[in-house]
Amino acid sequence: MSNTTLTQLRDAAAKRVLVLDGAMGTMIQQHALSEDDYRGEAYADWHCDVKGNNDLLSVTQPELIYQIHCDYLEAGADIIETNTFNATTIAMADYDMQAQSADINRAAARVARRAADEFTAKTPDKPRFVAGVLGPTNRTASISPDVNDPGKRNVSFDELVTAYAESVNALMDGGVDIIMLETIFDTLNAKAAAFAVETVFEERQTRLPVMVSGTITDASGRTLSGQTSEAFYYSMRHINPLSFGLNCALGPDLLRQYVEELSAVSECLVSAHPNAGLPNEFGEYDMEGPEMAAHIGEWAESGLVNIVGGCCGSTPSHIRDIADAVAGKAPRQVPHFAPKMRLAGLEPFVH
Amino acid sequence: MTQPIATFINIGERTNVTGSARFKRLILDGDYETALDVARQQVENGAQIIDINMDEAMLDAVDAMQTFLNLIASEPDICKVPVMIDSSKWEVIEAGLKCVQGKAIVNSISLKEGEALFIKQASLIKRYGAATVVMAFDEDGQADTKARKVEICERSYRLLTQTVGFAPEDIIFDPNIFAVATGIEEHNNYAVDFIEATREIRARCPHSHISGGLSNISFSFRGNNPVREAMHSVFLYHAIRAGMDMAIVNAGQLEVYDEIPDKLRDAVEDVILNRRDDATERLLDIAPEFQGDGKAAAKEDLSWRELEVNKRLEHALVKGITDYIIDDTEAARQAADKPLHVIEGPLMDGMNVVGDLFGEGKMFLPQVVKSARVMKKAVAYLQPYIEAEKSDDAKSNGKILLATVKGDVHDIGKNIVGVVLQCNNFEVIDLGVMVPCQTILQTALDEQVDMIGLSGLITPSLDEMVHVAKEMERQDFDLPLLIGGATTSKAHTAVKIEHNYHAPVAYVANASRAVGVCQKLLNRGSREIYAKELEKEYDKVRQQHARKQPRSRPVTLEEARANAFVPDFSTPPPVPNKLGVFPVDADLATLRNYIDWTPFFLTWSLAGKYPRILDDDVVGEQARSLFDDANAMLDEVIASGSLTAKGVIGLFAANRTQDDIEIYQDDSRSEVIGVSHHLRQQTLKKDFANYCLSDFVAPKESGIADYVGAFAVTGGIGEDALAEHYKAAGDDYNAIMVKAVADRLAEAFAEYLHERVRKEYWGYANEEALSNEELIREKYQGIRPAPGYAACPEHTEKQLIWDLLDAEAHTSMTLTESFAMWPGASVSGWYFSHPQCRYFAVAKIQDDQLHDYAQRKGWSTEEAARWLAPNLQDG
Repeated sequence: MSNTTLTQLRDAAAKRVLVLDGAMGTMIQQHALSEDDYRGEAYADWHCDVKGNNDLLSVTQPELIYQIHCDYLEAGADIIETNTFNATTIAMADYDMQAQSADINRAAARVARRAADEFTAKTPDKPRFVAGVLGPTNRTASISPDVNDPGKRNVSFDELVTAYAESVNALMDGGVDIIMLETIFDTLNAKAAAFAVETVFEERQTRLPVMVSGTITDASGRTLSGQTSEAFYYSMRHINPLSFGLNCALGPDLLRQYVEELSAVSECLVSAHPNAGLPNEFGEYDMEGPEMAAHIGEWAESGLVNIVGGCCGSTPSHIRDIADAVAGKAPRQVPHFAPKMRLAGLEPFVH
Repeated sequence: MTQPIATFINIGERTNVTGSARFKRLILDGDYETALDVARQQVENGAQIIDINMDEAMLDAVDAMQTFLNLIASEPDICKVPVMIDSSKWEVIEAGLKCVQGKAIVNSISLKEGEALFIKQASLIKRYGAATVVMAFDEDGQADTKARKVEICERSYRLLTQTVGFAPEDIIFDPNIFAVATGIEEHNNYAVDFIEATREIRARCPHSHISGGLSNISFSFRGNNPVREAMHSVFLYHAIRAGMDMAIVNAGQLEVYDEIPDKLRDAVEDVILNRRDDATERLLDIAPEFQGDGKAAAKEDLSWRELEVNKRLEHALVKGITDYIIDDTEAARQAADKPLHVIEGPLMDGMNVVGDLFGEGKMFLPQVVKSARVMKKAVAYLQPYIEAEKSDDAKSNGKILLATVKGDVHDIGKNIVGVVLQCNNFEVIDLGVMVPCQTILQTALDEQVDMIGLSGLITPSLDEMVHVAKEMERQDFDLPLLIGGATTSKAHTAVKIEHNYHAPVAYVANASRAVGVCQKLLNRGSREIYAKELEKEYDKVRQQHARKQPRSRPVTLEEARANAFVPDFSTPPPVPNKLGVFPVDADLATLRNYIDWTPFFLTWSLAGKYPRILDDDVVGEQARSLFDDANAMLDEVIASGSLTAKGVIGLFAANRTQDDIEIYQDDSRSEVIGVSHHLRQQTLKKDFANYCLSDFVAPKESGIADYVGAFAVTGGIGEDALAEHYKAAGDDYNAIMVKAVADRLAEAFAEYLHERVRKEYWGYANEEALSNEELIREKYQGIRPAPGYAACPEHTEKQLIWDLLDAEAHTSMTLTESFAMWPGASVSGWYFSHPQCRYFAVAKIQDDQLHDYAQRKGWSTEEAARWLAPNLQDG
């Protein structure tokens, strides 16, 4: 991202609450794609099933992904997220597509770039930005996969760094404005991602703003790996993020107190993109746009947030309601705190 | 450069193969399970960070570090605290950094192998997201003199902050602690070098920290633990004052500075401070006298298992051993008539012994924590038996949840309300003190209560109550909300709370009103009527509040400063007999003579002045009975020693700089160790000055040597345990009585101590002879204003008092996030000596002072507005 784009982003964030897009998977689901649709021409002969590999669609069905981005931009999103949640080499191993990871990331970045640029041209006073998503992968660096062997790990820090570095390079090749670490449930994975991001920035002699968003798994108020939101923040603030926040797992009603907690401690912008409620017995998300927007509007009212959007179950109509709800409301003021050593185990320790 | 005395961090040292033979053996044997227990015990015993070191020739240190850290990650009891990854090998450090999800500390890196490697490693540490220890070591070797230590640390600091972009607050310098008293003359000044270097480094490298490995200092006295511990303690005492704020220590094996026999302490101090040429010889001469007092006997000795059961319980409590507590408690239960008697008898007796030992400074806080855990385990075991004996409750009138809000520890009033309600057949769920909002609301839902009552004593609690009300509205509650506690008021409830919540919000002025209010709110019909009444009343209060003209015109801060009080300094301010910090104990038998009883009766809602109240027509009989009970309680706590008072004072050289007071290390006034911030009255005064506490201290530019004092006292060491003990026994009355009495003792202690300060420590009034009544009427020279009250209403200033006095270490008193003092029965404040000193109320301040104060405190305006809310115009 050029300096002007970063300035534009900061200027916009200083003036208003920015809007992120909503769920990608939920929108893809609505198209009920077949195995052949997923394969497209490029992978017609692939040796195993690829149905469900949503990230592959950026290569095989780019117009479909482009349209989803456009729908969210139309709904009012300032920032759209690339379709790369599972695009690391580690997650792609499920489809034996490790070698395709870079292509998929690059294609996803390009299709999002195209959509964002078109909308920026239409509304130059409201520039649109592309956030290149690094998902959590399907492995955990600080939790054992085997209850009988708590010291065991199925992925190492170094493996994660290698995988994330490849994704970051490809996303940057594809032209993203922001790198976004999302749905973090194990902070050690995220620290590996942060390490990779910094390493790539150094190699390319370019820095992009970084957004960090973690996931509070349940009412315990902790991440899956056991940290409180404050401890999680102290563990990740070394990347000097543009924004820090929470997404997924909970609806806005249950997420609020943790957003409030983060808002009180974080020295950067605060983001939140909750699910549209909790899934019902069919695994569907029931919370409608107006209800979700009422909650998120109140967060803005209370000065808790700078960037809001939706995660699982949210659609362009949810995002439109959310954008309306936060329009005209003042963004959270970023506080300044005295310099102190802020350490963390599962819990924060400030000295 | 301001440099307050730092809060001190203990880093656990037992999970270190180079320091613990036991841990080394466990790791070499591959017994990681037991090795985890070692880590767990450290955290339970109060280590705030744990140091992990696997540097052992026989070990694959990379593998051992990874294995141990991965195992810790599955143990929430351990990994809740940050870890310090300790190795002299970079590859071990890096392997460790790849295993921790939190923010850890690296121990250590240095310039030993040149700048390039140092910068590379530091950059990586930053990228891994950790803080780091930096050794005072460079290409020429380890720094031994003050000059070298300072030079290397400063060079490292510059490279880290300017070249690497490392956050200065994440840098911890280890300026090398070397052995003294080795017989080699060049070593004699090593401790002084460290201490002096520490002072200099903290001044030159802002926000950085100082740490060190303590045990090196006493290396030459291996085998004589009492002398070693005395050396550690004396060294820390001086190093902490110079700015050392962390150390790798075994906290349980630290002698308390004041508990070291004078003879030993003097000899050790001569060595540490290098005060005389023959210091080493003299310490060697007397060292054998102090050897072998049994402290080193760590081997497990099971002979205590032969004692009778009550003695076994006592032993387990004092030693903090949980291994046999269930068996012993069961044996005691079978021998007792009632399970409760086990608690009241042997367990409380054992805890009293612990309390005595602690009070006498023979046990340390981490050990007392252990004792409490043993007690808890025993009580938890007995609980089902006690429950089973209780008869069924009759159907209750209604269910009421009570809580003292987050950040506040005061609960006397709330407990009284609870008892009064229970007496009237309400079911009360009391969540205790420092209860977070969400816990209150979730419990209210889970328990289906009929209403919620919030209590608090300090001003920041008002904000928290507003927060709870807003949350209740947001989360669609419909329960009535009761507001009570000393700082609450009808006006605050009406103006700040009520309109945030649609359901009835009732201000309950005192316990006697509570029953009536609750009954009206419980019945749906009467609730509506009462709610309307309340609304009307609050409207009236709000209108009154809005109409309320400031009694006099506000003035600008500049104008107020121009009208500052100018005391007469023609007589030089009295010089304290000795400057410094002094822990003071007082026995309760003495303190009871200093009690001001009038507020005690107010606590119980009996209004009237003591002693007249005892003969009052209306409340006289009640007052007499209450007075008798209080005195019985005093007799009892004095006899049993179950309540103890602890205090600490400090007298410091000080001068005023505008509205602040600079407090100096010593009479040379060259080093500022703290700045106390004060507020100035800002309304137009005709015949008086616009007072600010700092007016009473001579200004710096005058060149007059002036002084201030600070104090922190509690009459409540043991109050919670005792109150809980009564509560557990179903005796809520005495549970409250304990706290009310402790509260009085704390105030009495403050009065008593102030007298001693005037007569002895500061010694400006050795002629003074006043009766207790005259003391209560403040007929003496000098004042002792308390942060949080009228003359200095801003609560966070207590932190400075804590830092200056090291109050937590000396008295075990602590501060909550809202700066309430714990135990609740505590008083802290400043001493001013000038004959023209007086108490006053700052009252409302203006925006210009708000901004000025924020700047002086290094706060944002919002933060200042939060802490000063009661003193702002719409407050």
